[in-house]
Amino acid sequence: MEAVEINVLWCKGCGVCVAFCPKKALSLVGEKAQVDPELCIGCGMCELYCPDLAIVVNKPTKKNEKVTEEGLS
Amino acid sequence: MAFRDLIRERFFPHIWCPGCGHGTVLNSLLHVVDKMGLDPTSMCMVSGIGCSARISGYVNFHTMHTMHGRALPCATGIKLAKPQLNMIVPMGDGDAMAIGGNHFIHACRRNIDMTAIVLNNRIYGMTGGQYSPLSGRGVLATTAPYRSIDDDFDAVALAQGAGATFVARTTAFHVKELSKILTKAIQHKGFSVVEVMVQCPTYFGRKNKMGGAVQLLEYYRDNTAPLGSKKLEENQNLIPRGIFVERERPEYCEEYQNVIALAEGKE
Ligand SMILES: Cc1ncc(C[n+]2csc(CCOP(=O)(O)OP(=O)(O)O)c2C)c(N)n1
Ligand code: SF4
Ligand code: SF4
Ligand code: SF4
Ligand SMILES: [Mg+2]
Repeated sequence: MEAVEINVLWCKGCGVCVAFCPKKALSLVGEKAQVDPELCIGCGMCELYCPDLAIVVNKPTKKNEKVTEEGLS
Repeated sequence: MAFRDLIRERFFPHIWCPGCGHGTVLNSLLHVVDKMGLDPTSMCMVSGIGCSARISGYVNFHTMHTMHGRALPCATGIKLAKPQLNMIVPMGDGDAMAIGGNHFIHACRRNIDMTAIVLNNRIYGMTGGQYSPLSGRGVLATTAPYRSIDDDFDAVALAQGAGATFVARTTAFHVKELSKILTKAIQHKGFSVVEVMVQCPTYFGRKNKMGGAVQLLEYYRDNTAPLGSKKLEENQNLIPRGIFVERERPEYCEEYQNVIALAEGKE
């Protein structure tokens, strides 16, 4: 199971997850979001931000609590 | 259960534009209901008309998609008949504050136990970008090509003045805060009002040359501050976020039950 699952059929390429991922682990490729698993810390913010419910972060990590909307604290 | 189990998946991808803030509010609400472990059959969502009002079509709760501005009276009827339901009433800024303004203040005054969410994108999204009572002075809209000369309502102050017993404001940028506030609003017994400042990139963003969804969210990040924060104290131009009112007052359904008991001679 992927840590971050992106449903490309629902993703509309708005870039919100890309802009606010605290680790800059997401990018848009052909108007669809894509994750770099090397950079992702599994904080779960992108799952909460996505207006299209296109992202599921499986097993969000403990680092979750340290991440705020303004980034890593 | 996971948040995606609470939707009507057959209607996805949803109808909202790319980056529309209404989607983030739906997302947050689903996470909240899931985390609170609420039974979907205990949930009822009643909405009016508008882009925001489309939200009731996507949740797998008891739902009713009613008339523009009339979500609160419809919800009031359902709640009085079935007080055990957890009632959620999402409304657009036009829906809640223009055509539905009268219903809004009287629902606040009655303190009936439900959660009203004002999805404030400062525009009539569905009908093509007319200004609303929450647009504010200086805003560009299809009906204000030379900028609006209307001052806006402060939805929080209005709800507070009208007697709502839980009143809060947050934004679609502050997703964690949004989840916390929605949780408290649902838990609160009485009429809860949560204003969520959301982005409409298609009309508000484009008309006002404020960019797309990301730029509008950055605007909410940079132009708001938590109640009681140093940031807010130092800059009076920032819009305050947080919980403004949290108090108890007799709840309407309970009071009505007492009237029924009295009329039946049980008291
Ligand atoms: C009685 C009535 N008057 C007017 C309309 C037209 N109308 C549909 S949605 C809407 C306003 C939408 O704005 P808002 O409530 O802010 O919701 P948004 O689309 O921005 O989410 C209006 C005026 C209608 N459907 N019914
Ligand atoms: S926030 Fe959602 S819809 Fe927008 S780019 Fe990311 S995955 Fe796609
Ligand atoms: S889980 Fe956190 S770190 Fe990973 S892609 Fe999403 S926002 Fe970025
Ligand atoms: S017009 Fe605005 S409010 Fe309506 S779906 Fe599009 S972005 Fe959202
Ligand atoms: Mg609106």
